[in-house]
Amino acid sequence: MKTHPHTGPVVPVGVYVAVFAALLILTAMTTAAAFHDLGPMNNVVALGIAALKATLVVLFFMHVRYGTRLIPLVVAAGLFWLVILIALSLTDYLTRGWLGVPGR
Amino acid sequence: MVALPSETGIPPKVHYLNADYGIRSWLLTTDHKRIGILYLISITFFFAIGGLMAVLIRMELATPEGDLFQSDTYNRLFTMHGIMMIFFFLIPSIPAVLGNFLIPIMVGARDLAFPRLNLFSWYLFNIAGLFTIWALVHGGVDTGWTFYTPYSTRYSNTHVIATALGIFIAGFSSILTGLNFVVTIHRMRAPGLGWFRLPLFVWSLYATSLIFILGTPVLAITLLLLAAERVFGIGIFDPSLGGDPLLFQHLFWFYSHPAVYIMVLPAMGVVSEIVPAFARKKIFGYRFIAYASVALAVLGFLVWAHHMFVAGMSIYAATVFSALSMLVAVPSAVKVFNWTATLYQGSISWDTPMLYALGFIGLFTMGGLTGVMLATLGIDVHVHDTYFIIAHFHYIMVGGAIMGYLGGLHYWWPKITGKLYPRFWSRISAMVIFIGFNVTFFPQFILGYLGMPRRYHAYPPEFQVLNVMSSAGATILGVGYLIPLIYFIWSMRYGRHASSNPWGVVGLEWETTSPPPTENFETPPVVTRGPYEYSRSEEVADGR
Ligand SMILES: [Cu+2]
Repeated sequence: MKTHPHTGPVVPVGVYVAVFAALLILTAMTTAAAFHDLGPMNNVVALGIAALKATLVVLFFMHVRYGTRLIPLVVAAGLFWLVILIALSLTDYLTRGWLGVPGR
Repeated sequence: MVALPSETGIPPKVHYLNADYGIRSWLLTTDHKRIGILYLISITFFFAIGGLMAVLIRMELATPEGDLFQSDTYNRLFTMHGIMMIFFFLIPSIPAVLGNFLIPIMVGARDLAFPRLNLFSWYLFNIAGLFTIWALVHGGVDTGWTFYTPYSTRYSNTHVIATALGIFIAGFSSILTGLNFVVTIHRMRAPGLGWFRLPLFVWSLYATSLIFILGTPVLAITLLLLAAERVFGIGIFDPSLGGDPLLFQHLFWFYSHPAVYIMVLPAMGVVSEIVPAFARKKIFGYRFIAYASVALAVLGFLVWAHHMFVAGMSIYAATVFSALSMLVAVPSAVKVFNWTATLYQGSISWDTPMLYALGFIGLFTMGGLTGVMLATLGIDVHVHDTYFIIAHFHYIMVGGAIMGYLGGLHYWWPKITGKLYPRFWSRISAMVIFIGFNVTFFPQFILGYLGMPRRYHAYPPEFQVLNVMSSAGATILGVGYLIPLIYFIWSMRYGRHASSNPWGVVGLEWETTSPPPTENFETPPVVTRGPYEYSRSEEVADGR
C-alpha cells in the first residue's frame, strides 16, 4: 500500500467497494431478521449486525485501520467512555428494585 | 499609575494587531490570537446577558413577596441565567479566550493545528448564542438549565427545542476547540519541549479538551433524544410513554458533571502559572499537578449520579456514586496543597493576578469542601434543591472559574494587547470582587441549611435578612466586574506600552514581543529547560 506524505495511505477502490457491498448485505440481513420473531434474540441480532456495520465504517471508511497507533487508541477511549456510561448507569438499573418502591 | 521601568517598553512596529486592518481582517482571520479576542468579545456579551438575569433575580429576592415578577417570569429568568452563564460564558471562557491565545505560543508553534476549524468553531458558537437569545426574546424557557423530563418534553409550553438546539450547536464548537487543542499539544510542540516541560496551563487545557471530546457528544445525543420525545412523542424519558425520567438525568449529568471540570480545570491551570510567577519559585510537585489534572478529567466522569440522590435512583448505586464523588477531593487537594507549598518561603508580590489566584485558592477550597459534604448521602437529602447547593456551585464556578479567568486575563493582558492597565484600580477591583462574592454567596449557605428551597420567587419573611445581604453583595460584585471592563477598555487606548516581559517571569510567551507578531516568534524557539525555572542567581540579580 502506497503512502502519501500528507494525506496518508491510498486505499484501493476495491476495498471501498467490498466494504460497501458488505454494508448492503448486512442491511438486507437486518431487514430480513425483522420479519422473523426470534424471541429474546431479536435485539441481540439487530444490535449485533449494527455493531458489525459500525465497525466496518470505522475501520475502513474512517481510515482507523490505516492511521498511526494513536488513532485506534482514541477510538478505544471513546468506546471505553461509552462502557463507563452504561456500566455505571446499570448500577442504578440493576439494583433499583432491590428495596421495593416505598408506598406501594 | 506608576509603572516600573522593566514593565514598560517600546512596542514592535508590526504585530498581530496591526498586521492587517479592517473588519474583514478580523472576521476572516485564522490567527489564533485574533480568534481568542473574537471569543473574548462574544463571551463578554453573553456574560452581560447572564449577569442582567442575575441582577433581576436578586432584585426579586430582596423582598419575601413575589412582587417584581410572576413566578412564570422568574422561572424563565433563572433558566436563562444558567444557560447563558454555563454554556455561553463559563465553558468557553478560559479555553476559547486564553487557551486559544496561549496554547500555540506556549508550545512554540505558529498557530493551532487547524486554524480554519478554529474560526469555524467561533462562528458556530455565535450562531448558537444568537439562536438561544432568539428563544429568550420570544418568550424564553422555564425548565431550568437542566431540562429535566418529563416536564421539558410533555408539559412546558416554552421554547425548549430552540434553546436545546442552541446548546447542541454550541457543543460542536466545544468539540472542535477540544480537538484542535489535543492535536496541537500532541503534534506541534517545539523541539526540546517534552510533555513534562509543558506549562501546567497546557496540561490543564489538555485534560479539559479530553472532557470536551468525550463528554459533549453525550449531551448532544441527550438533547436530540429530548427533542425526539417532545416533537414526535417517541417514549424515551416519559413514563407515560414507557420511558424512564431518570435515564434523562443519567445522560444529562454524564456530561454536566464533567462540565464543572471544563470550567474549573482551566482556572486551576491559570493559578498554576500565576502562583510560581508571583512567588518567584519553581512550582512544588509539577508532575503531581499535571497528573492531578488528568485524574480530575477522568474521575469527573464517574460521579454524575450525586445529582440524583433524592430522585428515586437505587440506594445501592447512590452509595457507589457517593464514595466515588469523595475520591474527586484527592486530586483537588493535591493541587491546593501544592500551590500552598509553592508559596512557602517564596518572595511573594501582591500584584493583581496574584490577588485573583489567592482568591481562587480560598474560594475553590470552600466550594470543594462543601462538595464533599454534599457527596454524603445524609446531608444531601437534607439540603438537596436548597440554597446550600446554589452557594456551593457558585463558590466553584464564580469563586473558582471566574476568579481564575479574571486572574488569567490580568496576567496575560499586557501580552495580549501590549498595554498595561492601572495597578491601583485593578487591585481594588480584585478585592471588591472577592468581598462582593462572599457577601453574595456565603449567606446562601446559611439560607440553604435553614431550608430555603431554590427556584422560587417568594419565600417566608424570616429569610429576608440573609437575602437582602445576598442582594447587596451582588451589587458590590457587579461593581467589581464593571471596574475591569472600564480600565481594560481604557488601557487599550491610553495604557502605557508593556515590555515583552512586564512581570519578569519565565515562560515561552514572555520571550516574544508584546503583542506578539502574527507568526508568534521571530525565530522558531528551541526549548532547553523546564517551566518555572527560577534559579537562585536570578533571584539575587533581581534583588529579591
Ligand atoms: Cu456534580
